[in-house]
Amino acid sequence: MPEKYQWQSALATLGLEARALAPVAEPGVTLSERRVGTQLVIRGDAAEAEFAAGVSSVLGLDLPTEPKTAHRKGDRTLLWLGPDEWLAVVAGEGEDRLAVSLAEALVDLHHAIADVSHSRAVIGLEGPRAREVLMKGTNVDLHPRVFAEGSCVQAHLGRCHMLLHQLDAAPRYDIYVHRSFAVYAWSWLSDASREYGLSIASSGAVR
Amino acid sequence: MLLIECPWCGPRDDQDFTYGGEAHIARPERPEKLSDEQWGDYLFMRSNPKGTHLERWVCNGCRRWFNVCRDTVTDEITAVYRMGEKPPGAIKKAGRKS
Ligand SMILES: [Zn+2]
Repeated sequence: MPEKYQWQSALATLGLEARALAPVAEPGVTLSERRVGTQLVIRGDAAEAEFAAGVSSVLGLDLPTEPKTAHRKGDRTLLWLGPDEWLAVVAGEGEDRLAVSLAEALVDLHHAIADVSHSRAVIGLEGPRAREVLMKGTNVDLHPRVFAEGSCVQAHLGRCHMLLHQLDAAPRYDIYVHRSFAVYAWSWLSDASREYGLSIASSGAVR
Repeated sequence: MLLIECPWCGPRDDQDFTYGGEAHIARPERPEKLSDEQWGDYLFMRSNPKGTHLERWVCNGCRRWFNVCRDTVTDEITAVYRMGEKPPGAIKKAGRKS
């Protein structure tokens, strides 16, 4: 794992901070980069009460056991990836000990923790036309009746894999893509957003 | 297009799945006791029924394997069940000569 000071955004080549200085009035869609401090893949048996309790005692979030849902509080998010697999995301810095704390809390239980902090880039997509942008590139049903605040799903966006998380009804989304696909995903989203009026916001932490 | 019901994710487009061949083929416990013909049968021979077929699929969303009962003529899916489970009662594995 690289040292913190060596960390570089997967979208660094795009000069997003400079482009964020010229916001568009009444944009249909706003894109931004989300800064993520720590990402951990946690595996274990959700039916084991001690496992669920151990994870939530460290993260301060209940383990989502309902498929395709995520729990979020402050700068922390816990996303369902599979029946025995979750992704914990913490925006803030100084969370280097999170994996250690989790391992300590789960010490006698069947589990696995993998630090994947540098594996994914996160793109924020929001605005009144944000859902329509996504609908151009994924086969997932995004109607609010089936995909709403707190929903997450692993699917395709254009030609790349994404983990999509809806944050609220605005709608606001966080889109997790593998780091090497970050520029592709950003370019795809910019292109798909253009007809609705695209504004670029300064990067912020995953909210 | 097929709409396949992942046991965890629910109904999804068939693009979100990958096919994994015939289901319920157990690896022989003692391969060294088998004749070449028996081992070849395990490795390569598959039933190819016209009609009910029990098969494995993997969901590319939650990345879990599961079993599907599909009619190879109509593509109708009549059952979906998890790994390790038996096919629902009425469904029989189609004609394989023993
Ligand atoms: Zn699934």
